[in-house]
Amino acid sequence: MFPMRIAKRQEPLGFGGSCFVLLTALGLSLLLSAILLSLGGTSPVRGISVLLQGAFGSRWALEDSVLKAIPIFLCSLGVAVAFRLKIWNIGAEGQFALGAIGATWIALSFPGWPKYLLLPAMIGMAMTCGGLWGLIPALLRQHLKTNEIIVTLMMNYIAILFLDYLVYGVWKDPTSFGFPMTPMFSEQAIVGKIGGTSINWGLAHCVILGLLIWLFFRFTRIGFEIKASGDNVRAALYAGLPYDRLVILVMVMSGALAGWAGFLEASATVNRLQPSIMVGYGYTAIVVAWLARLHPLSIGIAAILLAGLRVGVESLQLDLQVPAAFGGIIEGLILLTVLAGGLFTHYRIAWGVGK
Amino acid sequence: MTSQIIIALLAAAVQSGTPILFATLGEIFTEKSGVLNLGVEGVMILGALAGFVVARQTGNPVLGFFAAGLIGGLAAAIHGVVCLWFQGNQVVSGLALTILGTGLANYLGTAFIGMAAPGFAPVAVPLLSDIPGIGPIFFQHDVLVYVSYLIPPAMWLFFARTRFGLGLRAAGEYPAAATAAGLNVLAYRWLGIVGGGFFMGLGGAYLSLAYTHLWTTNLTGGRGWIAVALVIFAFWRPGRAVFGAYLFGGIMALQLRMQASGTQLSSSILLMLPYALTVIVLVLSSWRKRTSDAPASLGINIAPAE
Repeated sequence: MFPMRIAKRQEPLGFGGSCFVLLTALGLSLLLSAILLSLGGTSPVRGISVLLQGAFGSRWALEDSVLKAIPIFLCSLGVAVAFRLKIWNIGAEGQFALGAIGATWIALSFPGWPKYLLLPAMIGMAMTCGGLWGLIPALLRQHLKTNEIIVTLMMNYIAILFLDYLVYGVWKDPTSFGFPMTPMFSEQAIVGKIGGTSINWGLAHCVILGLLIWLFFRFTRIGFEIKASGDNVRAALYAGLPYDRLVILVMVMSGALAGWAGFLEASATVNRLQPSIMVGYGYTAIVVAWLARLHPLSIGIAAILLAGLRVGVESLQLDLQVPAAFGGIIEGLILLTVLAGGLFTHYRIAWGVGK
Repeated sequence: MTSQIIIALLAAAVQSGTPILFATLGEIFTEKSGVLNLGVEGVMILGALAGFVVARQTGNPVLGFFAAGLIGGLAAAIHGVVCLWFQGNQVVSGLALTILGTGLANYLGTAFIGMAAPGFAPVAVPLLSDIPGIGPIFFQHDVLVYVSYLIPPAMWLFFARTRFGLGLRAAGEYPAAATAAGLNVLAYRWLGIVGGGFFMGLGGAYLSLAYTHLWTTNLTGGRGWIAVALVIFAFWRPGRAVFGAYLFGGIMALQLRMQASGTQLSSSILLMLPYALTVIVLVLSSWRKRTSDAPASLGINIAPAE
């Protein structure tokens, strides 16, 4: 019918070609978003320029983008660990909430501890709580074959409501004039800013953790087993790899990393626990992980890009009164186009009717 | 007195279960063709908005209802393009569709927040509504609830007794054999996706046109995800989906009533109930039946022909 068909490539698409496909996908998403802007009565050219200016156009904007990239990066790193094994952890959002809750618990219980004791304790509790929130769906999957996608997603809703319960109830600051938030953390419970900037030291945590995860997959036996089992479960089982234990491990690691992000958001960004920290970083993390093909360094780049889009959408909202939901549209479009572009890794469009 | 309260609660369970029922039936229809669509939440909320806007502009809720189905089918077609044409991963594509659909509906719907639209009012079915107990629970609702009663048997008939239904199931069970038998598997999967999206859109419209009559952001509130879970609970059978949907409708109605009655329990804890119940229901359904009733090729793309 059409003089166009899909043909298999001899070799998978190389690095340059992959970058081209990725950039085309990103460009297409921005184009479609611009069309939607004009449907909403905003000039598309002005809209996109405000978006990009707002994201990366000034020092302040850039710092804000990096600041938002920190929790997105850590959640995405966690999500990517699970995705490597083809375990669909959609629960970063909830694991992030539990991490923030765990860290807050320690910060409010032992405000007088010295910093070198208090911060590690908060991190430990954040990782434990986040990891536990990842362990539950893993155990259910293993013993009862429940679907981890739905369980992790439902646990997101439960975690956010639990956070609400705490800050509207038992942890509410009596001096907050009814606003749902805990009292401010003590000085020792706060991760400080890097000298002269608005960026906090969480950035350093990201670099170290990103490096550790990269080393883990590159050089350790367990890292290799996760990659091998993710590529082919059946072969891994025949080879005697401990698949069930790997599932537990990746879910706990995944949850612990998202929990760490929750700790940073509570400690460094808002200095307390409040519902406004739940803005969907856990879902953006999934877009980032997929965009970066699960590679730690690429996750860093993609996290800054997507965080930038969030900051840019805030300017759109302020300058041109575009609803905040616009950010979700761009994220959804990016994920869909990148996913579709994946076809060209192994296939190409061939012209002519063929054999 | 207590029996009256129970009957009112059960009637409310049917009403709040109806949008979930539409969505669950839609997802069953799609999954039977071998395609997993996790975008139910996004498709549903787009349907809700389309139904609301069309009903408001034309003054005709019936038109709105069908527009919602149409937009639902169209939105689901995005999943078809990504997975059927471009071989995209079905799990991730569905998630993306949820992110996109929710964003799009909240973006386009901003102008309508807090506005009302002409919706469906309850109409008692003559004779049937007079049966004590059964009548008030099942037959004193709006027309859409009665429409939802007809779909499970119709869908069962379609799957069990029609050529198209068998073809759709073959595409989901064993696409290679179906292709060898001369069926166009891709076309059947398109039918599964778009047809399923139609019902998901109707579910959304029920929320905006019969349940609330209002537009608010995040109107669906996770009901699409509950529907995905209910497909497993229902073992992919339209009839069993009815029980699941009303169970969730019941818990939602109960939670609303408990909040209204000023219980000691925090509203955050009450709001957790449906989500916690979803996990419990999933655990129970895998407990009771170890072997899966899922279509054998669910979630697996068909490689393009060379």
